[in-house]
Amino acid sequence: MIRMEGIHKSFGSNHVLRGLDLNIPKGTSMVIIGGSGTGKSIALKCVLGLVTQDRGEIFVDGKNAADTTDRDAFLARFGMLFQGAALFDSLPVWQNVAFRLLRGTLKRPRDEARAIAVEKLRRVGLKEDVADRFPAELSGGMQKRVGLARAIAAEPEIIFFDEPTTGLDPIMSGVINDLIREIVEEMGATAMTITHDMTSVRAIADNIAMLHEGIIQWTGPVAEMDSCGNPYLEQFINGRAEGPIEAVR
Amino acid sequence: MNPLAVLGRTVLAALAAIGRIALFGADAVSHLMRPPYYTREFAAQLLNIGWLSLPVVGLTAVFTGGALALQIYAGGSRFNAEAVVPQIVAVGMVRELGPVLVGLMIAARVTSSIAAEIATMKVTEQIDALVTLSTHPMKYLTVPRVLAAVLVVPFLVGVGDIIGIFGGYAVSTGTLGFNAAAYINNTVNFLEPHDVYSSLTKGAVFGFCAALMGCYHGMNSGRGAMGVGRATKSAVEGAAILILAANFVLTGVFFTL
Repeated sequence: MIRMEGIHKSFGSNHVLRGLDLNIPKGTSMVIIGGSGTGKSIALKCVLGLVTQDRGEIFVDGKNAADTTDRDAFLARFGMLFQGAALFDSLPVWQNVAFRLLRGTLKRPRDEARAIAVEKLRRVGLKEDVADRFPAELSGGMQKRVGLARAIAAEPEIIFFDEPTTGLDPIMSGVINDLIREIVEEMGATAMTITHDMTSVRAIADNIAMLHEGIIQWTGPVAEMDSCGNPYLEQFINGRAEGPIEAVR
Repeated sequence: MNPLAVLGRTVLAALAAIGRIALFGADAVSHLMRPPYYTREFAAQLLNIGWLSLPVVGLTAVFTGGALALQIYAGGSRFNAEAVVPQIVAVGMVRELGPVLVGLMIAARVTSSIAAEIATMKVTEQIDALVTLSTHPMKYLTVPRVLAAVLVVPFLVGVGDIIGIFGGYAVSTGTLGFNAAAYINNTVNFLEPHDVYSSLTKGAVFGFCAALMGCYHGMNSGRGAMGVGRATKSAVEGAAILILAANFVLTGVFFTL
């Protein structure tokens, strides 16, 4: 479904991605792990075209993303949950959720869009009274749920989750992880998640990829993660300061 | 450190910034010509930039008009020309002070607000979210603000001109002993349609500059609170300078060429 080949990206002298290769089969959930600043979010943003890679190619369903002529149609296949939810604070919750349904090619009548938004909010465990509130009136966990509802509102084929549990308490993290897993399975969507929360990894992933020094150091099924023998992955999973990943004290 | 090298780098950086702003402006205009159009966002900006700016524009104009009348009276009395107060207040407000003061007030109130809002949206990934939701930030954020400013600032300038003239009228008839009917008559007879057109045209250009600078600096802001602060400061400074420079050029075009 998504294939990244030899992706390079630098910011000045900082070479973030140095030939990243990754394959995400259709209908599977891939979690990319790695330390802070290793380029996980950049990789994800390259797929969406939010960041343009210096070299390398990205294929979605076998088609080179760079050759996309209808960008609206291309982006309509994706949903994304941002790290800080990235809700539009000038709009009430339901308009955030139904944003794509209120304009552009997927535009629906306002009442219908609201009904879909309320249904998606219910799906992520929020009641209808939240629909008319503004994002600033919600807790962090509720904002994440609204962000999740927005990501799935247009029933996308591919969903990206950028640090879905960052800033949440362990219980709320568990709730969000379960929701993500359920929704991805229910929709049959292809998912790509970025996190360094190992609880999320075990809850969400079918496959994982360990990103370090701009390349994928190991990728494989989550069940093989603990016995893979890859020194980078082992150090990361066990949270050890000693190992091939340099820890700055 | 070679002072010439420093000067050269500064000039090149300034020219590059002017080039980037010009390209951003051209991009905004090109998006203005092509659908989709976001009418709700445009209406919200009309309200925000136009209606909600009326109090500050009105207060600025009325005090400036009053002070202008006092200054002209005091200056004119040195060579027995006190009687020209209505004419000079009218021409001064309509041709120059009305558009410039409204432009600067818009730079202070609207440019800062646009820059801070868009910069915060950038820092919190809301602009990235817009893109993933198949919405072009230029169309959704910049076009409604720039178009609303171009249309509504001339209206504000017109209101500012009238209130400024009224400020001069109130001071002149209230404390300087002018006859009310004669004051209005002198004002109306002295002003020409050309004065009004130039005033409104300046308003449209200043509105474009103010909104464009807010959007440009917001879209190009750095990270974090400091990035938002810098973007806001640069936007207001840039808008004020651009408005004053545009005023100089337009005054030359309208009244000397």
